[in-house]
Amino acid sequence: MTTHTEHRSHSWRQLLPPVVVAAAVVGVIVLVIVAGHHDLAQSFQAFWRGSFGSAYAFWSATLVRATPLTLLGLAVALAFRSGVMNIGAEGQFLAGASAASALALSGIRGTLVLWVAVPAAILAGALWAAIAGWLKRRFGVLEVISTLMLNFVAQYLVSYLVRGPLQEPTHVYPQTETFSTSAHLPLLISGQRLHLGYAIALVLALALWWMFRSTALGFRLRAVGAGPDAAASAGHVVVPRVMFTAFLLSGAIAGLAGGVEVTGVTYALYEGISPGFGYTAIAVALLARLHPLAVIGTGIFFGALEAGAAAMQRDAGVPFQFVAVVEALVVLGVIALEWSRSRGEVRP
Amino acid sequence: MTDAIAPFFEATVRTATPLAFAALGELVAERAGVINIGLEGTIIAGAFGGLVAAGAAGVGVGFLGAVVAGMFVAAIFAFFVVTLKADHIITGTAISMLGVGATGTLYRIFYGTTGAALETPTLAPLPIPLLHSIPWIGGALFGQPPITYLLYVIVPCLAWWLRRTGAGLALRAVGERPEAASAAGISPARVRWAALLFCGAMGGLGGGTLVLAQVGTFNEGISAGRGFIAIAIVVLGRWSAVGVSGAALLFGAASALQYFAQAMGWGIPYQFALALPYVLTLIALAGAGGRAAAPAALGARG
Repeated sequence: MTTHTEHRSHSWRQLLPPVVVAAAVVGVIVLVIVAGHHDLAQSFQAFWRGSFGSAYAFWSATLVRATPLTLLGLAVALAFRSGVMNIGAEGQFLAGASAASALALSGIRGTLVLWVAVPAAILAGALWAAIAGWLKRRFGVLEVISTLMLNFVAQYLVSYLVRGPLQEPTHVYPQTETFSTSAHLPLLISGQRLHLGYAIALVLALALWWMFRSTALGFRLRAVGAGPDAAASAGHVVVPRVMFTAFLLSGAIAGLAGGVEVTGVTYALYEGISPGFGYTAIAVALLARLHPLAVIGTGIFFGALEAGAAAMQRDAGVPFQFVAVVEALVVLGVIALEWSRSRGEVRP
Repeated sequence: MTDAIAPFFEATVRTATPLAFAALGELVAERAGVINIGLEGTIIAGAFGGLVAAGAAGVGVGFLGAVVAGMFVAAIFAFFVVTLKADHIITGTAISMLGVGATGTLYRIFYGTTGAALETPTLAPLPIPLLHSIPWIGGALFGQPPITYLLYVIVPCLAWWLRRTGAGLALRAVGERPEAASAAGISPARVRWAALLFCGAMGGLGGGTLVLAQVGTFNEGISAGRGFIAIAIVVLGRWSAVGVSGAALLFGAASALQYFAQAMGWGIPYQFALALPYVLTLIALAGAGGRAAAPAALGARG
């Protein structure tokens, strides 16, 4: 799971994963629609309308939803490829969103506010991940448990902020006031909701692909991910330091995702600002087989799935919750495929 | 002050009960070397299974339904993690998403979009004579539904079983050094399957308790992160049955503290009380030198 194996198998095997995934998605959706006595044609039309059916659906629903999923997918992919089981993207996202919101509301004027808020989000995400990284480096604490704990701490931090120091002036609603327009990220296409954050995600995907492929740091990260012991003995890699770097980078990207979401989409901070983006991102990264460029594709896939499912709930009454089932099946499907592939390699 | 103390203890034990069931299940899984992040899915499956079964045949069958549903979800997890030797964390995350998503979807399909008012019969409190009139803690410990008393039996039995029986030793051996256990004729795969099914049953009971002894209804996402809290409880309880039940009470107390603080008129934000146990868990992990008390093979594939 953590290594990116070269393709040795037959071409039909390479075609199999997307086919299996697509079949699972369609199968679950049909099952949910039929079991709930919804109209099949009407439901699928709603799904299509909400995801790819129009320019607005694609640019303003699918890609807007894909933006945090792509960024967080990159964060998870980077960590997993480096052998760091960071399941704290959710918390790092919330840390970034909180920091960006605090600065967006701080009264800094003009375009300077974005130049402060977004880097603050990156820094906050990195710091949040650094806690888990430090605990691992200094005390050997399993990052699975520490990042999970920090997700909850971040959730309560947001809950405190939006009911305490950052609450809107009337003190009625548990949210911040809406950011002034100078703290809104520029839109990419006029009349569409797609914002600069998605362009950042695309550039970042390219940058990470290049980093893993062509830089010394990328080589070290991959070596540690492939096997820490071998990396230490053969590659002259200081494993703890490299892992700490992976924590920082992964957290920074997740924090950026949070900063981009509040300044590009919601223009405010509130509880539940992430409907589990950080966990969905694990499916995004795994389906991409932890390859940064493939994350762009799987980000769009999951963005479209969620946008289409939202429309299906709105227009045809089909429960949105099935999306989590699809995401889980995708992950389990990838695991089963890896298993069958590894069996194929063992037997000549 | 005294007026608020008895309700505080009562709320502590009530909140701790489902957590303790799930955490004791997780304890057994982790002692066998499997970290089950899918526990959240197990709990919510138990909650939903309990609702459906209780609606059909009463509270008693409801608890049975909760256990079966929890074990079913745990079996999916065990198939991937033990049989296919998949990564524990990734599989567990998927199983949690599956449980929450599937119960949410099924709930809408079975009970429609307006199922919010759906009520299920619940298990009434059964005060134990004399004991329940002990001041302050009597009502909290001995004025609970009978399912809570089951815990008072399970905790000492499990502690004894883990330490003093051959089967308990085999389980711990698989969690510490699976190769050595294997050389001694113990099948790690079989032990882990059994441990995970037990974990599923306990997680299911935790979910069932939530619906059938406390809330009296189901809503989407009712597990509300309890599966993850249970994992923290196992860490904080230093992988022992008695420690785990103490840590469950601590988490229960932290969540009850918000009402207590309100009643006392303290100005501390309740989020700090709720976040405190997670911070304590991190400190406990760091203070004990990380994995020192954790089973050596915890989370290792294979």
